[in-house]
Amino acid sequence: MKALIRHGELADDPYAAPADDESLPPTGAVLVSLARWQSDREALLKRADPLGVRLKSDESPELIADDIGRLSLVALEFPKFRDGRAYSYARILRERYGFDGEIRAVGDVLMEQVHFMLRTGFDAFELESEDPLGQFEIAKAEYSVWYQPTGDGRRTALQLRHSNRG
Amino acid sequence: MYRYDEFDHKLVAERVEQFDRQVKRRLNGELTEDQFKPLRLMNGLYLQLHAYMLRVNVPYGTLSSGQMRRFADIARKYDRGFGHFTTRQNIQYNWIKLEDAPQILRDLADVEVTAIQSSGNCVRNITSDQYAGRAKDELVDPRKFCELLRQYSVLHPEFSYLPRKFKIAVTGSPNDRAAVAVHDIGLRMHENDAGEIGFEVLVGGGLGRTPYIGHTIRAWIEPEHILSYVEAILRVYNIHGRRDNIHKARIKIIVNQMGIEKYRELVEAEWQRVKDGPLAVPDEEIERIERYFAPPRYETLEDETDSLAEKRAAHRAFDRWIRINTAEHKVPGYVIVNVPLKVLGKPPGDIDADTMDAVADLADRYTFGEIRINHRQNLAFVDVRQQDLFELWQALDALGLARPVLDSISDMICCPGLDYCALANARSIPIADDISRRFVDVDELADVGELKINISGCMNACGHHHVGHIGILGVDKRGEEFFQLTLGGSSDQHASLGDRLGPGLPQDEVPEAIAAIVGRYKSLRTDGERFLDTYRRVGIEPFKEVVYGGDERKAVA
Repeated sequence: MKALIRHGELADDPYAAPADDESLPPTGAVLVSLARWQSDREALLKRADPLGVRLKSDESPELIADDIGRLSLVALEFPKFRDGRAYSYARILRERYGFDGEIRAVGDVLMEQVHFMLRTGFDAFELESEDPLGQFEIAKAEYSVWYQPTGDGRRTALQLRHSNRG
Repeated sequence: MYRYDEFDHKLVAERVEQFDRQVKRRLNGELTEDQFKPLRLMNGLYLQLHAYMLRVNVPYGTLSSGQMRRFADIARKYDRGFGHFTTRQNIQYNWIKLEDAPQILRDLADVEVTAIQSSGNCVRNITSDQYAGRAKDELVDPRKFCELLRQYSVLHPEFSYLPRKFKIAVTGSPNDRAAVAVHDIGLRMHENDAGEIGFEVLVGGGLGRTPYIGHTIRAWIEPEHILSYVEAILRVYNIHGRRDNIHKARIKIIVNQMGIEKYRELVEAEWQRVKDGPLAVPDEEIERIERYFAPPRYETLEDETDSLAEKRAAHRAFDRWIRINTAEHKVPGYVIVNVPLKVLGKPPGDIDADTMDAVADLADRYTFGEIRINHRQNLAFVDVRQQDLFELWQALDALGLARPVLDSISDMICCPGLDYCALANARSIPIADDISRRFVDVDELADVGELKINISGCMNACGHHHVGHIGILGVDKRGEEFFQLTLGGSSDQHASLGDRLGPGLPQDEVPEAIAAIVGRYKSLRTDGERFLDTYRRVGIEPFKEVVYGGDERKAVA
């Protein structure tokens, strides 16, 4: 059973995620595939509730660039945990497009990757685990030093070195 | 040398504890082997034919005597008393137990060494010129930028699951000793007309099944932008690199499929977006790192031409050793001494624990305690006083490490091959051994001169056979091992891929084939002409003739 962790807490998923051939609920938050987004865009944009789009690992956020402001959730899919494209997509969403909604890691997501995901802009995770929150807490705290600036606001070793001297 | 500060130490310590937890999770079954594999690889741990192999980084080939002694301790305590230096400025231990690995990493962390990203689909050890900061022919000391790139690439959250491994090499000399043209990113440092330093950036070079020489993607980039430019290259690769076929996943494939112009366009567009962000390198960080690479306390000396001349005249072997194994130093009175790890009867690059300790002692006695590793599996002492050369030569000779063979036939690159490696098709080490035994006479080696032989036990090309002056590739044909020869490869500033000589030869015919090629070269060369230059002048035909007698069909495979 997969658990959803959002903003560091176990959470029920507020988004309905019907398959492409199922009808959408009349109201409430929905998460749809890119294909559905592209074909039903006008109708979806008329809804009053939060909207999310799920991108496969070969679907770049550039494909939804014009609509980023209307989305509350972008779910990035890991078909295999070794497929690392979504790390770049998360950074593009946050740093290039300024997306401040939820970025959710879905698919084959390992606890071992949570740390890197947090750093690249993910804030929600679908995880398979007996103790998802406990393991999430460990994964989150694994590092306290970072070399790379990634737009998540954490101060890098380089920044700390030179601010300490200042 | 660079020394860790509190941040570097903390990060490595946290990494070791993370890996310790991962190993425990693997051992108690919470992680499957499939899930654990990329985690252990990114900590340097491979599963080989007989045991785990641990690959440890020697960043840009620079090592302290203390670190070398720790390598010796680890060889004794956790391995079978030896280690193996590789073509990527790593040391490998071949007989490691999984449960020991976290403690080994702790032992290494104590002396500021890691195995982080020495394997896996991520940015590997940053490699460089083994003479960096010392060579007389150097334009720019690349080490501070190597260190900057090392820190930038370690645990990069975005680029730890790239399509495939990613290798970066840097040279600051016009004489490229770091093989930058056959790396995923190659960086050539030089000065422009205004006296500023910067980088030429090459991308998409590599060996393996599909070898390519790198393309210049940018002729000039300033140091402050080097990280953002590398990030742009990596981001384009992470998104566009092929993930459908492991053999087509390196950056060289996508660069050559889309064309360098298109790849450049994508990188430039990405770079424009990120170049003025937080990756711009502040001067104070370059200065901070540079302080660690300040010149050691050299004495004011003169070049020792007279006293050395006397000793050289009296000891022919000493004279030859100086001529072949040493290189010119920037500072008067000093010299660089190469220590080829090419000992008869031992695999190239192998060194036992006692010899490691002895080398560390020599580094303390005759240099400022520093040892370098090059991509040809050799060591070097980079700060030897010329007046100490005779003593050092005698000390190295006592260790069996004073053979005057640098860049000669005897100075082969060789992968571990089927004796250790799970990927190999053929045993490369016995071929290297056969060739060394065929060419033991140091007079003959000196007469033949520079002739770099590179041997790989399979097409993955860890032994860099494509860029050997003579390359040897082991192949498996119907359960038998054969060896294909290539001629004319080079990894220097005039890099080229070797041309296939003809059908593969059985193992016992390889040394004679090499001897025939060498014989032909000697009859064709002009005065002082290296094998590679003769080959480039005359082409492959004369060599085909002597190996196959004009009839390639008579070869077995």
